[in-house]
Order: sequence, then C-alpha cells, then structure tokens
Amino acid sequence: MIEAALRHRFAGFTLDVAFTAPTPGVTVLFGPSGAGKSTVVAALAGLLRPESGRIAVDGAVLLDGDAGAFVPPERRRVGLVFQDARLFPHLSVESNLRYGLRRAPAGPIGFADVVDLLGIAHLLPRRPHTLSGGERQRVAIGRALLSQPRLLLMDEPLASLDTARKAEILPYLLRLKTALALPIVYVTHAPDEVFAIADTLVLLEAGRVLAAGPLVELTARGDLPLAARDDAGAVLAAELAEHHPARRLSLLRAGAMRLWVPLVDAPVGTKLRLRIPAREIILATMAPEAISLHNIVPGQVRTVTENAARHAALVEVDAGGAVLLARITPDAVARLALRPGAPVLALIKSMAVDVLPH
Amino acid sequence: MAVGLPVALAVAFLLARGRFPGRAALDALVHLPMVLPPVVVGWLLLLLFGVRGPIGALLQDWFAIRLVFTANGAALACAVMAFPLMVRAIRLSLEAVDPGLEQAARTLGAGPLDRFLTVTLPLAAPGVLVGGIVGYAACLGEFGAVITFAANIPGQTQTLPLAIYAALQTPGGEAVAARLSLVSVVLAVCGLLLAEWAGRRLRRRVGR
Repeated sequence: MIEAALRHRFAGFTLDVAFTAPTPGVTVLFGPSGAGKSTVVAALAGLLRPESGRIAVDGAVLLDGDAGAFVPPERRRVGLVFQDARLFPHLSVESNLRYGLRRAPAGPIGFADVVDLLGIAHLLPRRPHTLSGGERQRVAIGRALLSQPRLLLMDEPLASLDTARKAEILPYLLRLKTALALPIVYVTHAPDEVFAIADTLVLLEAGRVLAAGPLVELTARGDLPLAARDDAGAVLAAELAEHHPARRLSLLRAGAMRLWVPLVDAPVGTKLRLRIPAREIILATMAPEAISLHNIVPGQVRTVTENAARHAALVEVDAGGAVLLARITPDAVARLALRPGAPVLALIKSMAVDVLPH
Repeated sequence: MAVGLPVALAVAFLLARGRFPGRAALDALVHLPMVLPPVVVGWLLLLLFGVRGPIGALLQDWFAIRLVFTANGAALACAVMAFPLMVRAIRLSLEAVDPGLEQAARTLGAGPLDRFLTVTLPLAAPGVLVGGIVGYAACLGEFGAVITFAANIPGQTQTLPLAIYAALQTPGGEAVAARLSLVSVVLAVCGLLLAEWAGRRLRRRVGR
C-alpha cells in the first residue's frame, strides 16, 4: 500500500493532500495544471521535503514529519520518469540504463528483461541526442526500472509526445504494468491515459484531493468534475465470456451485467476494461421492441446529479455490481420519474462500448 | 596552474551552486585581481606573503618556504592573476549544466560526490578545459604582479613578457625580443588550437 499525507505551503499555494492506494497497481494523479500533481511526485521522490507529512510504501517509511525522518532521494529507491526524459547526454543509452542499476542493490529487474520489454535493444550503443522523443522516453523508463525501485513515479511521461508517439509507448506501459508487480504512480492530465492505465485514481484540484479510489468507482460517480467532462463515462472491469463468430459478436461479463460487443480479438477468459461513454447510454423504464440494440441492462438508479451548466443530469445506475453513468436531460429524468432506488433499463449500443486491454 | 585549476573548480562550484552567507564577498574577492591594477595585486601579495608578512612569516618559520623573489612566488602571482579568469569560465559551464540531470542522478541512487563526478563534471568539462587554457595563457602573459612580487630575475622569475621587456631595454636586444615574441606566439597558438580541438571532442561527447 502507498500511504501519502503531505502538507506544504508555497507562495500563494498550499498543498494539503492525503491518499492511500493499493500495491501493486497503477495510481493515477489526475487534475488540471496547477493542481499540485507534480509537487506530490516531487515529494514522493524526495526532491521536495514537505513541511509536514508522512509517506510510506509497503511499510517502508520514506518521510515521517513527526519523527523527523526523511530518506533522501538517493536512498529512497523510488524511480522517477520525468516528462522530458532527462537522459545523460554524455553517456550512451546502455550506460544511461546501467547508471541506476550499478548503484542499486541486487533486485528482481534484469537488464535483458527491461531491454526486451521496452524494445530498446537496437538503441543500446546510441547517444540520447540521436533518439526520437518516444525512444528517449522508453530509455528513461528502462533506466528508472533498472534502479530496482520499490515505487515507480511517472510525471506526465507522454505529455511531450505527439499522438502517434503516445500510441507507440502506451502498449509498453501496459506491458510493464502486467509484467512487473511494481507499484506505479502516474501523473497525467490526459483522460485517455487515465482510462487506459489507471487502477486507482486520485483526483487533485488546487492542492487538494477531491476524491481517491478505484477507477471503476470514481468514473461512475456523477458528482465529480470527471462527470462534467464531455468524455465522461464509467470504466468497468470485464471478462470475455463467449465468442459468436457467426454473429460477429463477443459476450462480455462485468459483475452480473452481460454486454454484447463487436467481436473482440482475444481468447475467452481475457480480462478487459470497458468504457461506456455517459452520453451514449439511454435509460428506459420499459424495454423497447424491434430495435437494433443488443444490450438492455436492468439496474437500479443510485443517484441523480443535476449539472446546471450543461442542462444535463447524471444518473448512476447500479447494474448488478457494475455501475454505469448515464447523461440524459433533466426532462427525461422527470418524465421517467428517476430517483434513487427506482428500477431502470440501461440501453447500451454495442458500438458505443470502448474495449480496452485490462 | 596545476594547483590553481582544482581550487578554481571548487570555488566556481561554490559560486555556481552554493547558497551561503558571504557568497557575494567571496565573489568579489575572487574577481578582485581582474579589476585591480596588477601592480597593486603584486604589492598586496608582497604585504601578505613577504618575509615579514602574516602568511609569509608563517611559511618561512614552519616550512622554510620563501616566496618573495623566487620562481614559486612568480607562479603564485600568476595563479592569483589567472584565478578569476578560470573561475569565470568554469562557473559559466557549471551553471549551464541542467540541474534536472543531477536530480535524475539523485533519484537513480547517486550521492553528492558521485553526482558531481559522473554528471556535473563531465558535462562541464569543456568549460573546465577552457578555464585551464585561459589560465595558462594569462600566466604566460603576466607582467605587473610578477615583477612587483617576484621581481625580474632571469631564469627564475622572468616570465616571457618580462624577458621581452628586458631585451627591449638592452641595446641591440631586438633580435632576442623578436625570438621570444615568436615563442610566445607559437605557445599561444598551440594553446588555442589544443583548446579548440579538445573542446570540440568533448562537446561531441556530450552531444551538443
């Protein structure tokens, strides 16, 4: 478990943040610029010593303000991937990779494994200035991994890359997540990265934690700033249940909910994550007939939150353990008399479901 | 020079990175020889390191070292005069090293000395080299401070400009002066070429 409680005053800005996150897994710090995300990362790495607070990773205390304990960065064994890679320009890629490895105690993460995992074997003799942005970032990730960290921090590692380079690196991050049982704290302000990689989400705003918890819970909540975004929508953990090649459909199971989606290219039993955009969900109190729709999911209204600015209402629907978020008009809420506890049917187009790797 | 460069490196590092009381005073002290007339520097050295000066007397009593009017004294005077030039060159290159790289080294487990030797110094190497060459050239050309502190003793405390000057004062000494001037030109050009060549190699190594 990662435990972090930090308090630090800057001129005109106070950081007062506390959260816990399970390990291993990816904890994403998400929020607008200036929310304090990078400050939290600097404190976790030890590059900033907050006025007070406590940081512990899997029982190892890195900072304890009350006891006056502060482990300096060079002895923390917390790896950090900077937004701008920060490879040593006077060293080859291989020497960069080995820089942390040489200084770390023997650990489980091997040189060959990392080079293979990140696909950087062909870059080893090169100098950093001859690499592309995406290659540099992969080397930086490898360098941090090889320092055998107990915690890996990534401060907007994809922010300086264009969309194509991002798409190039994201699969490596996902591989990393599954291949190494390493706790990762990942900073971003890009929602697509959150949906793809987060297990735990910490929402920051103006130096405070708005909410922290599992991604599936926070994305399903109608009262958070996430829900006010155009791309709002619950993320669900699902498993591939059946393939129907003849119908070109796959059946997914998320809790008690079953969803038909276009054929997924993965074996039955594969764990996946689904994202169902809130604006794509239709709510009904009676099942329609003769409709192209495959998915009519029975559930129960959990909450209804008005969003005055958008003239919209956000409805959380509990569909047997999996929670959906639907954005509909306040008029529809009134017509269907939706209120907490009311039974409801969620109509979900197969084509509207985003299927992501777990 | 050999003694001066590491000291200059240390002082440059202090001035570039250190935050301590008296930093401005140290800065001023280091730069003093550059703005004072060299004769004044020589005279101040004479006061401090003279046989009856506070430091000179100690050196004389404890180690039986006499600096005034000796070759070592000439070296000291040169070093003091060249010091600010070396410090400036090195400090600029230290300040140009991205502190972010040192932070990265820190998170990778490198302690302060380790970081300095494996990241800061290699990246500042071109500047340190330039500092050395500039210091060397300044030493070759030093005149005022040396003649005041160490006098003009042929074969002992005579620098090139002193020898040239002495030759010019002697009737028929033009030929000697011309030869010595040629030596000085050759030395200077060699120094510059060496600096250029080594600087380019170092810069290529750090990928700029």
